[in-house]
Amino acid sequence: MNNINAPDIAIETKNLFIFYGSFAAVSEVNIKIEKQKVTAIIGPSGCGKSTLIRAFNRMNDFVPSSYVTGEILLQGQNLYGKNIDPVEVRRKIGMVFQKPNPFPKSIYENISWGAKINGFKGNMDELVEQSLRGAALWDEVKDKLKKSAYELSGGQQQRLCIARTIAIQPEIILMDEPASALDPISTLRIEELMQELKKNYTIIIVTHNMQQAARVSDYTAMMMLEKDGSRSGTVIEFSETKKIFTNPKDKRTEDYVTGRFG
Amino acid sequence: MKQENTIMENQLFRPLDLKKKMRPGESVIQALLFIAGLGSIFITLAIVYELGKEAWLFFGNPDVTFAKFFGTTTWQPGIGHFGIWPLVTSTLITSSIAIFVSLPLGLAVALFLSEYASPKARSALKPILEILAGIPTVVYGYFALLFMTPLLQSIFGKQTVEVYNMASAGLVMGIMILPLISSMSEDALSAVPRALREGAYAMGATKFETSVQVVLPAALSGIGAALIIGISRAIGETMIVAIAAGSGPNFTFNPFKAAETMTGHIARISGGDLSYNSIDYTSLFAIALMLFLVTLILNLISQGIINKFRQRYE
Amino acid sequence: MNPNRDYYPKGEDLHRSLGRRYRSASIWQTLFFSALVIAILSLAALLYNVIDGAFGYVAFEYKNDPTEFSTKPLDALNKQELLDILKANLSSGAFTKLENEKPMDTRSKSVLYTLLLERLIQIDTKETWSMTDSIFRSAKIKAEVAEKYPEAKLEFRSWLTPVFLTTPMSSKAEFAGVRTAILGSLWMVGIALLFALPIGTGAAIYLQEYASKNFLNRIIQTNINNLAGVPSIVYGMLGLAIFVRALEPFTSGRLFGVTDSNGRTILSAGLTMGTLVLPLIIINAQEAIKSVPDSLRQAAFGVGATRWQTVWHHVLPNALPGILTGSILAVSRAIGETAPLIVVGASTFISIDPSGPFSKFTALPIQIFQWTTRAQSEFHSIAASAIIVLLILLLTLNAAAILLRNRVQKKY
Repeated sequence: MNNINAPDIAIETKNLFIFYGSFAAVSEVNIKIEKQKVTAIIGPSGCGKSTLIRAFNRMNDFVPSSYVTGEILLQGQNLYGKNIDPVEVRRKIGMVFQKPNPFPKSIYENISWGAKINGFKGNMDELVEQSLRGAALWDEVKDKLKKSAYELSGGQQQRLCIARTIAIQPEIILMDEPASALDPISTLRIEELMQELKKNYTIIIVTHNMQQAARVSDYTAMMMLEKDGSRSGTVIEFSETKKIFTNPKDKRTEDYVTGRFG
Repeated sequence: MKQENTIMENQLFRPLDLKKKMRPGESVIQALLFIAGLGSIFITLAIVYELGKEAWLFFGNPDVTFAKFFGTTTWQPGIGHFGIWPLVTSTLITSSIAIFVSLPLGLAVALFLSEYASPKARSALKPILEILAGIPTVVYGYFALLFMTPLLQSIFGKQTVEVYNMASAGLVMGIMILPLISSMSEDALSAVPRALREGAYAMGATKFETSVQVVLPAALSGIGAALIIGISRAIGETMIVAIAAGSGPNFTFNPFKAAETMTGHIARISGGDLSYNSIDYTSLFAIALMLFLVTLILNLISQGIINKFRQRYE
Repeated sequence: MNPNRDYYPKGEDLHRSLGRRYRSASIWQTLFFSALVIAILSLAALLYNVIDGAFGYVAFEYKNDPTEFSTKPLDALNKQELLDILKANLSSGAFTKLENEKPMDTRSKSVLYTLLLERLIQIDTKETWSMTDSIFRSAKIKAEVAEKYPEAKLEFRSWLTPVFLTTPMSSKAEFAGVRTAILGSLWMVGIALLFALPIGTGAAIYLQEYASKNFLNRIIQTNINNLAGVPSIVYGMLGLAIFVRALEPFTSGRLFGVTDSNGRTILSAGLTMGTLVLPLIIINAQEAIKSVPDSLRQAAFGVGATRWQTVWHHVLPNALPGILTGSILAVSRAIGETAPLIVVGASTFISIDPSGPFSKFTALPIQIFQWTTRAQSEFHSIAASAIIVLLILLLTLNAAAILLRNRVQKKY
């Protein structure tokens, strides 16, 4: 299943199952995600894309009945191992959500807050500026840093969320359909931004938009419900994006990417 | 089979009348319901009219001047002393003590219940607060006089703490208001969208940092509304102060001294023999009008805040 | 890669700084939890304080020597003997008066026994002790009593007894009961409900089912929410001005031929309390009506029902449990309210049962207020007993409301 030959691996899953109570929402996922690349997770809705990406920084912990079997390895450490602190995991693996969710604070504080709680010792003003520049937002907001983040447009808010994520310098940035609530122009800006970001970060993105996956990602994981009718999602094919879209191995992937699916 | 067909045809070809029909019964009922709806307006108007009328008589009295009302510090309308301050200061002192107790405690309880307690613990603990909220205020009065006052006396000494004192009334009032503040604050906290919490967690924040630095500020306006309602309740509360705070207006800022509040004064004077048209009678209405207006304004502000808060997250 | 990365704690530093964050978090969490503990302790202290007052030692003296009336010990007397003693020693006028109130031979033994103590032997309470003192300082109290009141008897008493529930007021704490107060409260609440329930439900139906979103209706809604926050004593002033004074001919019963009363009647109190709970009833009824699913209304309209037919046949029956729950909550509010009753003039000393809406009245919380503010500790003991009665009443009402609510929740 793995066609990745250069083993510069940021994170990998081994025989990963994610359960809600007794229901396995995601089963048997084995993927290796390469450093400083964009990896897209695509698939029909309800196949467990969000559940899978949320497993990478233990956001599923907040669903009371959820648990995980198998391993997710970051630099050889299992994120679900015994002595792992989920707060440290999230510190290293940031996340951008479907709907922009800036804090009800000023633009400046939105970025400085995460740095402050995580013990940042450098120059805060510089960090804010660099992060905003990194998220291609600086020019738009440099004159209103003290204003509430809620005064920004949806697209700007989403870029602010990206800026606050890169401010804490994670290893990996997870993006859960980051453009689904945005207009096409804002979407385009986010997509361009991802190309910039992958120079420094490993990006995993969930998208329901195949064109987007084709445009932005280097690798693509195709998810699908298992054939056995268990309503459990799994990765049926994982490979370079080019291959997935031009020469898929799995018939179901081919059906899906060519639009013949459901 | 054939017969059925004819019935259908008959019905189909019956002339159709879709014009509005008079339904006198419906109209009468709707009118009655409307009047019932207006009933609440009548009550408000009646309050404003009756309190206003008697208060007008009071302030119309040539002896009651603006300078005396706000410029002197003795309140005994029966013998021509019209300085409102002793009643106002004691009301403010008891209410401040109550808020000083109930706001931090209520907020802490709300944070614990909404952010930390498991659903199971929450459903076990909330009824306790509901019981606290359901206890009649006269019982709190008993508690203030016969538990809190002796407790304060044993801590600070009987010389310092009078038998009737504002501190014990205020403290117990704080306990009484606590469930109100905690339940309103908890509503405000749990109305903060999950996305905000997730945003904070995804930045590597701990649960505490998320609750206090992200969720709490986001719920601040709702908590403000709770605070204002709490103040309004404290100012309007009668039985605790009537029993424990003392009878007789007293211009003092020492919380361990007895001093009658606005509500306590109304309760004591109206509970005695009170002849209509006396200055005592009209003065009570003047005080009640002040109470009504202050609490009304506070309630309106609080409601305005809540409505705005709701819009933001919907 | 990026210089900013170096400004964040790493490795051991990271662990240490996280440890600090967790420690301060757990301190705060403990603080939050202790607020809850304080709330629970307050409730416990309140309940304990009340129970503590309702039971305990009493030191009392007999004013008249029991041996003057009977050679047997008092508690060995049977009903007939008690009756005979009362007949022999009470003045004939007093006996006939008692007989007229309720025939003597229909009264129970314990009532006769109380009468004997109250009227003939007469008790003089010297001192009372709380339950805690009575249990833990028993020996000391006994010694103290022996020294201070050599004549006195010391008895561990429950002030809350069946007799307490069934006897009317008395100026002596030992013989006072809450019968008239409970009856007064029930009458008052009945009138309040009779007044507020139909109007409140009607208003709620209007607002939920008929009202469009215009200015007037928005005002009505805001106004109702505000009325719910008006201090209860203001309602008392309203009741005083309108029901007691302006409508005196009606509320005193003069219009109906009652002559011996002024406007300070059960009717005035009931109407005042009805006004006070009206916003509560409206808000709860609105919630109940809101919870009836729209599909039900659409189904009714779909078969050609008028608006009122829809409301009467479909909405109301389904909202009824919710409306009843709201009414029970309103009743428990009304039963505990004291301030408005003081203002509209509850009488504090009433020894005969209220006979109708135009009677003078007292109510349970009024008695508690009166007894609490008396200086003598035996009155605090009966205040505590009356509080227990009130709290049990309220607990029962609320339990009923919760049961009802749970049944409704199961339905949808």
